[in-house]
Amino acid sequence: MTLAGLSDLLVGPFVEFGFMRRALAGCLALSLSAPPLGVFLMLRRMSLMSEAMSHAILPGAAAGFLVAGLSLPAMTLGGLIAGLAVALAAGFVTRSTVLKEDASLAAFYLISLAGGVFLVSLRGSQIDLLHILFGTVLALDDDALTLLGGISSLTLVALAALYRPLVIECVDPLFLRTVGRVGGPVHSAFLALVVINLVGGFQALGTLLAVGLMLLPAIAARFWAADLSGLIPVSMLISMLASVTGLLVSYHAGIRLPTGPAIVLAAGALYLVSMLVGPRGGLLHRLVRRRHLEA
Amino acid sequence: MSAIRFRGLTLGYDRHPAVHHLDGTVAAGDLLALVGPNGAGKSTLLKGIVGEVGALDGAIETGTKAIAYLPQAAEIDRSFPVSVLDLAAMGLWRPFGAWASLKRHRPKLLDALAAVGLTGFEDRPIGTLSGGQFQRALFARLILQDARLILLDEPFTGIDERTTADLLALIRGWHREGRTVVAALHDLHQVRAHFPSTLVLARRPIAWGPTAEVLSPPVLARALALSEAWDEAAAICRHEAAPAAAHDHHDHHHHHAHGHAGHGAAP
Repeated sequence: MTLAGLSDLLVGPFVEFGFMRRALAGCLALSLSAPPLGVFLMLRRMSLMSEAMSHAILPGAAAGFLVAGLSLPAMTLGGLIAGLAVALAAGFVTRSTVLKEDASLAAFYLISLAGGVFLVSLRGSQIDLLHILFGTVLALDDDALTLLGGISSLTLVALAALYRPLVIECVDPLFLRTVGRVGGPVHSAFLALVVINLVGGFQALGTLLAVGLMLLPAIAARFWAADLSGLIPVSMLISMLASVTGLLVSYHAGIRLPTGPAIVLAAGALYLVSMLVGPRGGLLHRLVRRRHLEA
Repeated sequence: MSAIRFRGLTLGYDRHPAVHHLDGTVAAGDLLALVGPNGAGKSTLLKGIVGEVGALDGAIETGTKAIAYLPQAAEIDRSFPVSVLDLAAMGLWRPFGAWASLKRHRPKLLDALAAVGLTGFEDRPIGTLSGGQFQRALFARLILQDARLILLDEPFTGIDERTTADLLALIRGWHREGRTVVAALHDLHQVRAHFPSTLVLARRPIAWGPTAEVLSPPVLARALALSEAWDEAAAICRHEAAPAAAHDHHDHHHHHAHGHAGHGAAP
């Protein structure tokens, strides 16, 4: 293939079409903020918790949809309220009662999810539901892009501010409790960031797939880097690569391949490759027994 | 001056007392061993002092909120990728908080690691340390916390002799610096050799005073007689409300407890 052909294949769609540029900008913004959160979720063994949170957002988005139709501000606000309510309620029950975090979160997100499905079925057809579930990455308007950019900036600034207490809270929560009172607020703020990013992601990828761009790059990064200073940038890079690949594959595919799933499938493919060949505990490196060291 | 004062303190779980009617004071600068069988309430008492377990009755007064606490089974996630230096640096949380740069204080951190014999380990992930090395790293964090009151819950369980000796030397150093140290321990030989005062606990206080006087065979026999089982049908304890004569009617033997706990103020 010639260089010009390659450039047509890789760059052409973005040069030619505004909606592709918008989709790219939105996904890159999300790629900067969601994967670092995924890294912390993975390291805290809370990977599945983000899945639960994405379900918790659904009724809020549905309520917004019921009130105002397919309106971005209404659905975003609804999703934020539902997600934050579930996160804070679960956090409160965890700290105040005998329940562990996974159990209290499961209880609240199931209530929230059932409420959401109920609300959606009150009005609207299957197609509307698909919009909420699978997003519309190729139809990001100015408002949606502003929202994604704002969420991305807010997340990065907040993560930088929370970084030290968040790491201590992950490593040794008891220690943080004995030296101060920031543990609870830091944990809540972290969950709030997760919710905000899932709500942002659901504009582009849908509620269920937004989790994909948060977690898959973080989990894949685990096979390439050992500590946080490596995991976070690697996860961002993998997420960006998945976004570009997904957009291009979806654009060039002969059949109609929805963009949201294409991006998450690209992230999934990158995960599988990392899992096989990644130097930090990847499958192939485990199979090869290397000569041991002297000391 | 007292570092900790217990006033009619009862700590427990689900209304069942684990530490029952403890009165007394730990003098500032004391090096106190907390001795008793499993289930005697040693850990619960230390958790009560740091506020992890709320009082069912009575109160604990500590002069300072800045307490350094080493729990028995730390909730530490050792698979989390932080270095030994990062772990020790957590000890500087109080003065430095979330944002202040630690860059210029790296020598101080390295000194603390050197003091526990972990020079050269600063960049190792905590997951790669052995049990003894990890305990040394936690002691480095205690050093950096620079607290006036230090609580240690069975700090030498599963730790070899050499590491124990090194860490005991650190504890004696803290004692010389005038810090108050309370340590729950099982090795009575160790207690006799290094700890000037001892509190023998078997849910209720059995004896409290100078180690040589307190660690006598009759006291230890009484402590060992502790029944670990809860009595699910236990009556509500009416210690405060009941007149003195009522003590004969319930089986907590408070008169024993109070007789010995009075030694608490002894240095």
